[in-house]
Amino acid sequence: MTPGSAAKPQGVDTAKAASQVAVRLDRVTKAFGDRRVLDDVAFEVPAGCGFIVLGRSGTGKSVTLRHIVGLVRPDSGRVFVDGDEISALQGPELSRVRKKMGFLFQNAALFDSISVGENVAFPLRRHTQLGDREIRDRAKEKLAAVGLAHDYDKMPGKLSGGMRKRAGLARALALDPQILLVDEPSAGLDPITAGEIDDLLLGLKQEGGTTLVVVTHNIPSALRLGDQLLMLHEGRILAQGTADELERNDNEMVHAFMTSRHAG
Amino acid sequence: MLDRLGAASTSMLAVVGDVSWFALKAGREIFLPPFEFRETVRQIYELGLRSAPLIGVSGVAVGVVLSMHTRASLERFGAESMIPAGLAIALVRETGPLTAGLLLSGRIGAGIGAELGAMRVTEQIDALEASAVDAFRYLVVTRVIACVISLPILTTLMNFAGMLGGFIAETSATGMSLGLYFNRAFSLIEFADYMPATLKTMVFGFIIATISSYLGFTTDSGTEGVGRASTRAVVLSSILIIVSNVMLVRLIFFVFPQRGG
Repeated sequence: MTPGSAAKPQGVDTAKAASQVAVRLDRVTKAFGDRRVLDDVAFEVPAGCGFIVLGRSGTGKSVTLRHIVGLVRPDSGRVFVDGDEISALQGPELSRVRKKMGFLFQNAALFDSISVGENVAFPLRRHTQLGDREIRDRAKEKLAAVGLAHDYDKMPGKLSGGMRKRAGLARALALDPQILLVDEPSAGLDPITAGEIDDLLLGLKQEGGTTLVVVTHNIPSALRLGDQLLMLHEGRILAQGTADELERNDNEMVHAFMTSRHAG
Repeated sequence: MLDRLGAASTSMLAVVGDVSWFALKAGREIFLPPFEFRETVRQIYELGLRSAPLIGVSGVAVGVVLSMHTRASLERFGAESMIPAGLAIALVRETGPLTAGLLLSGRIGAGIGAELGAMRVTEQIDALEASAVDAFRYLVVTRVIACVISLPILTTLMNFAGMLGGFIAETSATGMSLGLYFNRAFSLIEFADYMPATLKTMVFGFIIATISSYLGFTTDSGTEGVGRASTRAVVLSSILIIVSNVMLVRLIFFVFPQRGG
């Protein structure tokens, strides 16, 4: 697929009817100061899909995720999540849409003043009417799912990098989100731990039907998780398609990236 | 040279505008639901109750020193019996509120600036927002409410601790009893001495919380930025407390012409 062909959603109306589309960026442009980080970026993420955003460092991958969750607003263009234009929402409406998503930050971003278990319980305390015991049980369940069953009372500062990431994943999954946004799941982790995180993500997609939007530059991980891959370069879409399509792409940068799998 | 001066002025005005907007937003959202009751109570404990030892100890020390100075002055006029009342008036009207405000701008201001700054650079504030929580309301408004409630209470503690310090100095010098000391201390104080001066510390609390939260919330440049936010929070809060105190005292003189602040 060529760069231009990625701009399919242009001019399409909000249309909740397109409910099979989990996330849609419609010609999004964003600059910080003089630096244009995203330039006319447009793509769709089908519901239940593993969607991988690839690219070198500083090409706008994380900013793309931040647009999807509404942490950053586009200078121009629109961002839709499950049919709602999140880039135009504020207050309770923005919160309503955010509750459909979980976000695993690159460094987990655990709240360091409360225990690991309370980090996972936090979204449940905020957004459900469950009782304290049920919230604790659910948080323990989520921690067990990521292999941290015995770490409820530990403080985040006492965890290793891999454990922090898994705790962050448990928190992101606390509300059973339809869409999971993941920023560099394998960054800073050894290959075995990175593989375990990938297994968890794959399980969510295959068994739970969760839509994954994953930013990474780890090609083996991208090939495992991704049904659709998108490559950004200097804020623009360089290529988009399945892994096979990207591997056949003639562009030098895409080729270099896709053949880096063994180093991955 | 003029260009640089112009750019610096524009930049400063932009910051003043940002801080004012931040403070207005905080002031407005204090009164709007949903109220973060649990987090507010936690902040009152963290920022208020845990400041009590600092205020108590400092108050006693200030009281001892004030009492010694007051004695040295009043002895010249043979008015030693006025020492408790003089000390109490000085503490309640000005020394207590201002000293408490400045001490708390150090403890609370630095704490809020560093905590929110660290949360910003480690993406914890973004994580709150991504968890569908209004980070401004959860982190800033709760701290503003906690400071506005805590400052008058801590100021009252400062006043009493100061009087206790005064008693310690006085009883050491003359053997005066506790009963007589406090009887004399409260003989000239009226409600109008205590109330306006203590309530003005609510403004100090608002200043400390909003300035420190703003600096923490807008931190960048990693750990260096966190340190800078913390230091600036103390410096700016202290300056604004001193400047606002002048205006508030003027206002109190205007509203209570007999009393002053």
